[in-house]
Amino acid sequence: MAFNNTKWEVVIGLETHTQLKTKSKIFSGASIAFGAEPNTQACVVSIALPGVLPVLNKEAVHCAVKLGLAINAQIAPRSVFARKNYFYPDLPKGYQISQFELPVVGMGELTIQVGGEEKTIRITRAHLEEDAGKSLHGDFHGMTGIDLNRAGTPLLEIVSEPDMRSAAEAVAYAKKLHELVQWIDICDGNMQEGSFRCDVNVSVRPKGSDKLGTRREIKNLNSFKFMQQAIEYETQWQIETLEDGGTIHQATVLFNPDTGETRAMRSKEEANDYRYFPDPDLLPLEITSAFIEQVRATMPELPHAIQAKFEQTYGLAAYDATALTSSRAIADYFVATCTAFGGEAKLAANWVMGSIAAKLNEENKAIAESPVSPELLAGLLKRIADNTISGKIAKEIFEAMWAGEGSADSIIDKKGLKQISDSGAIEAIVEQVLVANAAMVAEVKAGKEKAFNGLVGQVMKASKGKANPAQVNEVLKNKLGI
Amino acid sequence: MSLSSADVKRVAHLARIEVSDAEAEATLAKLSGILGMIEQMQAVDTSGITPMSHAQDLVQRLREDVVTETNQRELFQSIAPLIGNGSTEPATENGLYLVPKVIE
Repeated sequence: MAFNNTKWEVVIGLETHTQLKTKSKIFSGASIAFGAEPNTQACVVSIALPGVLPVLNKEAVHCAVKLGLAINAQIAPRSVFARKNYFYPDLPKGYQISQFELPVVGMGELTIQVGGEEKTIRITRAHLEEDAGKSLHGDFHGMTGIDLNRAGTPLLEIVSEPDMRSAAEAVAYAKKLHELVQWIDICDGNMQEGSFRCDVNVSVRPKGSDKLGTRREIKNLNSFKFMQQAIEYETQWQIETLEDGGTIHQATVLFNPDTGETRAMRSKEEANDYRYFPDPDLLPLEITSAFIEQVRATMPELPHAIQAKFEQTYGLAAYDATALTSSRAIADYFVATCTAFGGEAKLAANWVMGSIAAKLNEENKAIAESPVSPELLAGLLKRIADNTISGKIAKEIFEAMWAGEGSADSIIDKKGLKQISDSGAIEAIVEQVLVANAAMVAEVKAGKEKAFNGLVGQVMKASKGKANPAQVNEVLKNKLGI
Repeated sequence: MSLSSADVKRVAHLARIEVSDAEAEATLAKLSGILGMIEQMQAVDTSGITPMSHAQDLVQRLREDVVTETNQRELFQSIAPLIGNGSTEPATENGLYLVPKVIE
């Protein structure tokens, strides 16, 4: 369902909950490891026994500052934790500790690429908070089961401005943010396990209007595909509702992947009134410039800086440089390959983004698990560059390398795949082919170009793909006198 | 700022406190008194003063990111609230705490 409307404009903003890569909870020393038996990681603070007090995890603050630096944002020298009050069984305190008026990270920005165009999305803020537990609605004698292992897991909620104007832009922003939080190593990015969850605010307005329409919030999208579908459906629904003379009411909606539709969670929702106030159990968080500098020293070089480097050092196009910096592991792999290869970087780029990416995708592997190491790949590239093998044979060798059959050189030796560049040998093969294909020869002489390609194909076949294609062309033309 | 009995009931509902009409009236008088006091304080010129967010003028201490808690599920669940209807068993099953059904 492609969205293309000349009358309406869609306005999108995202709230992203990123689970921080700490060992312990944000306000206690309980583990946050995924997949533990229910409530075995729910300590006195997690289950909110009376009299317990929260103590802030330094690493969570460290992560927040890292994000702030990565999106070029103001880091608040003083920020405050607040209680967000609501009642739900998986929130045993009756409030969530979050940040409200004074968040740790202020206005920042993230640049995305959509359809070859760059666009900067402003990020309003990012604040630290604790996750809630999980409610399990299975059959427990008509009751609901509560697992508080997740309660108190550190989250950084990253809120964008409503700067996106299409589902494609929203997905590009979410992907970029997803890449960035993994790049700076503050989040594992695992969407299935809920480490990176997006709420998307969607509204529409007549084109040219500068007033925002009423928004509906699509909750808990855990894949980019669903995000795209949900936004497209929701946009279409809002436009149709308005064109039919209806009005949009502010609501929270859920996306159903089976039907591809969004639906309001409750028909009449009591307006949320969270009665935020500063949490008296926590003192203001002070972040000194010394702390910020300490964090800055641990920051890796950011994707856009590496991208620029790839364009300058290796002469890559922006598209290639962007693709090769989609994760640190890919960028590192590419650099290691280029270093070991020493030849044309574009050839290395093509193989990393082509055969390697395709194989990893096929086998659902991360690049760190690639059986073909940068050194092995470089060995193959060297033989392509010095014309020992043709491109077609290279693919065959690559498959063998992937299957663990050794280096390119040893495979070439073992299988006798060395390209035939000896002109005498090529001439001999060409002569055989000319004799055996007299009809084709006649066609070529009658001026049919297709027949010439047919002859090239026959020669390649006769040489088992090993003849140097450029030489075959030359010898054939000579022999045929064309 | 004047407060109505309905405001008191709403605040009580948000805090999940049950109040009778008589209690709401009595509470209204007390809360109005407190709001009156706040109004008096608001007359003071505080421009140029940074608001405090805590009564103590200190900053938050940070904890090193180390797992220090061990699994005490059995201990905690042995005192989990009891299910009603005469049952004496703690409301737990398969390690989960049980609560009245939450309707989504």
